[in-house]
Amino acid sequence: MDWGNIFGNAIGEIISPTTAAYALAAIGLGVHFGYTGLLNFGQAAFLLIGAYAFAIPTLAGAPIIVAVLSAIICSVIFAFILGIPTLRLRADYLAIVTIASAEVVRYVVTTTGLTDFTGAANGLSGFKGTFAAINPIPEGRYGFGPFMYNEYDWWVRIVGWTLVVLASVLVFLLMRSPWGRVVKGIREDEDAVRSLGKNVYSYKMQSLVIGGVMGSVAGIIFILPRAVQPANYTTGLTFFIWTIMLLGGAATIFGPIVGAMIFWVVLSLTQGILYGAIESGALGFMTTTQAGQVRFILVGVALMLLVIFRPQGIFGNKKELSFSV
Amino acid sequence: MIAGIRIGPGVRFITMALLALALCLGVVLGSGALSASASAPAPTPTPTSDFTNTLTIGGVLRDDDNVVEGAEVTVEGAGGFSEVATSDDTGRWSVVVPEKGEYTVTIDPETLPDGVELRDPDRVSATVAANEWQTNSITRSFPLGVDDRQTTGFFEQFLQRLAAGLNFGLLIALAAIGITLIFGTTGLNNFAHGEMVTFGAIIAWIVAVLLGVNIFVAMLVALVLGGAFGYVQDWLLWKPLRKKGVKLVQAMIVSIGLAIALRYLYLFFIDGSTKTMNVGLSEAIVIGPVRITTGSVVSMVISVVALVAVGLFLTRTRVGKATRAVSDNPSLAAASGIDVDRIIRTVWVLAGALAALAGVMLGLYRQVSWDMGFQVLLLMFAAVTLGGLGSAYGALVGSIVVGLFVELSTLIIPADLKYAAALVVLILVLLVRPQGILGRKERIG
Repeated sequence: MDWGNIFGNAIGEIISPTTAAYALAAIGLGVHFGYTGLLNFGQAAFLLIGAYAFAIPTLAGAPIIVAVLSAIICSVIFAFILGIPTLRLRADYLAIVTIASAEVVRYVVTTTGLTDFTGAANGLSGFKGTFAAINPIPEGRYGFGPFMYNEYDWWVRIVGWTLVVLASVLVFLLMRSPWGRVVKGIREDEDAVRSLGKNVYSYKMQSLVIGGVMGSVAGIIFILPRAVQPANYTTGLTFFIWTIMLLGGAATIFGPIVGAMIFWVVLSLTQGILYGAIESGALGFMTTTQAGQVRFILVGVALMLLVIFRPQGIFGNKKELSFSV
Repeated sequence: MIAGIRIGPGVRFITMALLALALCLGVVLGSGALSASASAPAPTPTPTSDFTNTLTIGGVLRDDDNVVEGAEVTVEGAGGFSEVATSDDTGRWSVVVPEKGEYTVTIDPETLPDGVELRDPDRVSATVAANEWQTNSITRSFPLGVDDRQTTGFFEQFLQRLAAGLNFGLLIALAAIGITLIFGTTGLNNFAHGEMVTFGAIIAWIVAVLLGVNIFVAMLVALVLGGAFGYVQDWLLWKPLRKKGVKLVQAMIVSIGLAIALRYLYLFFIDGSTKTMNVGLSEAIVIGPVRITTGSVVSMVISVVALVAVGLFLTRTRVGKATRAVSDNPSLAAASGIDVDRIIRTVWVLAGALAALAGVMLGLYRQVSWDMGFQVLLLMFAAVTLGGLGSAYGALVGSIVVGLFVELSTLIIPADLKYAAALVVLILVLLVRPQGILGRKERIG
C-alpha cells in the first residue's frame, strides 16, 4: 500500500475547493438551523441555483461580476419563494417542503425540454474562462509536498477559502449583534420573541436569505473545478452538508469549516485505504466500486451516532444546541 | 403535542378504500369487454457504452418482436465521412466513426423487408450532436411497423393515465400509512421508510427471480421479513432512543443517517443496475382504450385488500383501538392501562410489512433498484402531508391525489417533470391549507 500517496491525497483535501464549497454551504446551513432553528433540508437547491445562475449567464457571454450577481439574486428570489409558504409552518413541515422544493428544482433543470439552457442531464461545462481571466497568478506550478497545483487550481482555492473566511467573520459579527440575539431567541422560544413585539416571520426570512446566499456562492465555488452536473444536487448533497454541520457543531463559527475538513479527509483516507487493501488482496471479496459505497454506509452510520451521542458536535455547547422540537 | 390519527368513525376509511376499489374496477370494466392479448416483449435496450476506445453509432432495428435484417443505414459526418452499415441477423447495425463530432444517420426505406415500413415515413434520418458524446457509443433508433399504441385520443389517454394513477396512488397509500402511523404514535418523521420499501422489493426479487419461487410466495416472504425488519428497527434503535429521551428532530436526523447507511448497503449487495421482476405478470389486458398489465391488476386488488384490512384492524380490534388511543394521547393511553411500547412495536411491524408489500408491487409496476424506495419517499411524504400528518384516512386520500396527479400531469407537461408536479402541488396546498386536506388546525407551528 502506498501510504505516502494515500496520506498525500487526504491532506490535499484539507484545502481543496470542494471542501471550501461544503464548508461555505454548511456555514449557511448553520445560520438556518444552528442559529435560527430552521430545518432547511433543501440546501442542495441553493448550491444548484448558484451553479446554474452563474454558468448560464457566463456561457451567454456575461462578465463574471454579472454572473455572480445573477447567482446571488436568483438565490434571494428562491429563498423568498421557499420561505413565504413554509416559514409559518411547524418545523417538520418545513423540512418536508424544503426537501421537496430542492427536488422540484433539480427535476426542472434536468428536464429535456430545457436542454438549450441547462444541458438537461448532461449539465453544463466551459464556463471557467471569465474566472480564469481575472487570475493574477502567473502560469506555472507552485507549492510543496502534497500541495502542488497549477495557477488555476491555486486561484480557485484562494478565492474559495477567502470567501469561507469572510462568511465566517460575517456570521460571527451577525450573531453577536442584536439581530443575532433575536434570531437565537427564535430558535429557543419563538412565542417568547413574538411576545416581545418582534416580527418572527421577517427575521426567519432574513436568516433564510443570508444562509441561502452563502449556499449559492458555495455552489459557484463547487463548480469552478468541475462541470455542472444535475446529478450532483440530489438530497444526498443536502444530507452530507448536514453531516458536516453537525460534525463540527451547528451553532459555532469554526464548526462547519473543521467539519468539512474532517469529512473530506476521512472520506479520502477510507477510500485510499480500502482501495489499497483491495489491490493487495486483503479485501478480495470487494470491488473498488463497492469500496466507494462502503464509505457512504460509514457516513450514514456516523451521522446516526453523532446525532445520538454528540448532537452539539465537536465544538458545540450542549446547552446552546438542544434540539428544541 | 403529538398529533393523533383522525379516522373518526372508522367506517369512513373502509368506505374510502372500497370506493377506490370500485373506481379502479369501474375504469377497468366500464369501458369495454375484457380481452387479454399476448404482449410484445419489451425491446431490449442497446448498450449505450462500452469500454473500448472506438467510437460507434449504432442501433437495433426491429418490427414489433421480429428483428429486421439487411436494412441499410448511412452515417455521414464532417469532412466527407460516409459509411453504410447493414443490420445483421439480430437487427443490430453499427458504424465506427473517427471523432466525437456531428453526424447524420439516414435509413434507406427501400432496403427494409417487404411489409416492414417506418412508423413515421418522414422520419428517415436522425442527427447526432457533438455534445452528445458522453460515452463512446451513441444509439439511434428508427421505430418500425404500424403505430399500434392504443392511446391516441385525449380521452383514451386520460383513462389510461387514470388507471395508472390509481394503481400508483394505492401503492403509495400502502407505504404511506406506515409513515403516518409511526408519526401518529411516536411523532417521528421516518426518512428511512423508503428503504423499508426497497427492502421488500429486494427480498421479493431474490426469492422470486434468483430462487425462482412463485411470486405470491415471494410476496408473503417479503411481507413477513418486512414486518421482522420493522420489529428489529424498533427493538434495536427506536425504543432505546425513546428511552434515552432523544428529541424528535434528532430522531428524524437519525432516520436520515439510517436511510443513507441502508441505501448504500443495498447498493453494495445488489449493485446499481435495475432488476426486472420477470415473473410472468406482464401480459397486457386490453379493456377498451385502457391497456393494463395483469401485474397492475393484481397489485391494485392486493393494495385495496390490505388497506381494508388495516382499516378494520384500526377500527374493530382492541390493539387497533389502542393504537388510535396512543396516537391521540400517549400519556392518557398509558394511564388507562395500554402498554404504549407494545403498541408502538406493533405499529413498526405493521409499517414494515406494509412498506415491504408496497415495495414488491412497486417492483412489479416498475423495476427493482437500490434507490427505488428513496425515489418515492418524497411522494409518500407529499401524500401524508397533503392528507394531514398523522391521519391514516388523510394518507389514503393524499396518496390517491398524488398518484393521480403524477400520472395525469403527463398529459400536459413532459413526463420527466411528473414528480416535480406532485411536489409543487404539495407546496401549493400547504400555502392555502397548511394542516393538509384532513388535518387539524393545531398542527400548524
